[in-house]
Amino acid sequence: MQWETVIGLEIHVQLATNSKIFSGASTAYGAEPNTQACAVDLGLPGVLPVLNKEAVRMAVMFGLAVDAKVAERSVFARKNYFYPDSPKGYQISQFELPIVEHGTLEIVLGDGERKTIGITRAHLEEDAGKSLHEEFSDSTGIDLNRCGTPLIEIVSEPDMRSAEEAVAYMKKIHSIVRYLGISDGNMQEGSFRCDANVSMRPKGQEEFGTRTETKNLNSFRFVERAIHYEIDRQIDVLENGREIVQETRLYDANKDETRSMRSKEEANDYRYFPDPDLLPVVIEPSFIEELRKQLPELPTEKITRFKQEYDLSDYDAENLVMNKETAKYFEEVVKNSNAKAKLAANWVLGDLSAVLNQDDIEINNCPVSAGMLAGLLDRIEDNTISSKIAKEIFQAMWSGEGDVDAIIEAKGLKQITDSSEIEALVEQVINDNPGQLEQYKSGKDKVFGFFVGQVMKLSKGKANPQQVNDLLKDKMK
Amino acid sequence: MPITPEEVLKIANLARLQIKQDEVEQYAIDLSSIINLVEQMNAVDTKDIQPMAHPLDATQRLREDKVTENNQRDKFQAVAPSAEKGLYLVPKVIE
Repeated sequence: MQWETVIGLEIHVQLATNSKIFSGASTAYGAEPNTQACAVDLGLPGVLPVLNKEAVRMAVMFGLAVDAKVAERSVFARKNYFYPDSPKGYQISQFELPIVEHGTLEIVLGDGERKTIGITRAHLEEDAGKSLHEEFSDSTGIDLNRCGTPLIEIVSEPDMRSAEEAVAYMKKIHSIVRYLGISDGNMQEGSFRCDANVSMRPKGQEEFGTRTETKNLNSFRFVERAIHYEIDRQIDVLENGREIVQETRLYDANKDETRSMRSKEEANDYRYFPDPDLLPVVIEPSFIEELRKQLPELPTEKITRFKQEYDLSDYDAENLVMNKETAKYFEEVVKNSNAKAKLAANWVLGDLSAVLNQDDIEINNCPVSAGMLAGLLDRIEDNTISSKIAKEIFQAMWSGEGDVDAIIEAKGLKQITDSSEIEALVEQVINDNPGQLEQYKSGKDKVFGFFVGQVMKLSKGKANPQQVNDLLKDKMK
Repeated sequence: MPITPEEVLKIANLARLQIKQDEVEQYAIDLSSIINLVEQMNAVDTKDIQPMAHPLDATQRLREDKVTENNQRDKFQAVAPSAEKGLYLVPKVIE
């Protein structure tokens, strides 16, 4: 049978506030356990939560960025469940009246196809603490520092049909929250996490199949792999005539599989009710309009501008814009260089990205500044160096050996463009290889490459390749 | 809308309330009568009435995003049933 995959994502984004959503405790990452968990976070008797203005502002900004409806009146509710990392016995969240509803987001797929994904809602809520199961043999240790860290949970419509679409959507949301500056988006530290709802249905069927929810996917790769695993597992179950159980599953990155965590029956009964400790939140239309004016240039707008202003392809523009800092770096290179923007794009997305990935360095901490890369491109542009030598110089710049001109000077890498000098090299190679010359003259065109290679080698890669080509053609006629 | 003894047990479990087996029947009767009382409101036409989220006719005040709390871990952990290495300890939880 032909199956169709249906995917919806729930993304939890930690907001980059200084203090918690309902208390004045710090949200800084990595502090000693429980040193940032105050009486409100611990749920001690008699405490009262008071909502953080900045968390509200950030949620509204997100709503505006995805063309959603921002609720002028929204309500906090208690989501009741027992787990030791949630000391109150409930999580303060939003249920019936979330702060953001009905947004949309456009994703671009590998083949350039565009697709709009619906965003059902985004609501404000508090994060839970952390359980440490390994530390003690017969107890679980609880660190409540993360308790009360503001989150927005972004719930998509079940609009995605493949793992590729799900990852594209997740990357787009990640990009937007970083552009807005409302989250650091750090997945390793848990600032950006994803749950994936996956179900299958026979192709052409309107009705959805039973879904599973895979929890806590904290990298783009894990989302992709977990979804692939779920698709294969579910098809296998269905084709063997069995039924999918609606349940929560956990992805194990080491084994690359998902496994059942708990059945939905018990877990889903959260008995939401409006939190009597918190009054309805009213957001004035004037405040929303004020924030709308403050929206920065968002990825979609920037992609359009990059394509127009720098004459870049969809692919280059998408990839440069994905990360706000990469886009900024690229524009600085272009501004400081006479080289074509396309050359700058190739270098930023090619050699530079490769070493950044390899050494796991963020582009803001890149040892080769935008100005230095611009200098390198200028030397390619004015023919001082060839592209090949440029790669060598780039490595030297990366290792901290100075700027482009200093390295060219120190290593004697200046391109040879003096035609009499190249001519001498060409003649020497021709004279040294009479056999190959004979072959070439008898019609073996492929041998030409051998001659180019020999001349480049003799010049230690410094001869201008175009001139070498032209001179060889001329001399070997 | 009567509440069954099974529902009483389910709710008790969700709320982590321990109730005696011989009291389940009585809880079912009591809870049913409370629900019935509330049921009477279904007779009222509430079509154009905004649901009340809070009995006070006021809106939420917001606080500035400032860190105002300092570390009082030692005081909190002094009254906790069990704590070690800065962590609160609970019976082992296995997922």
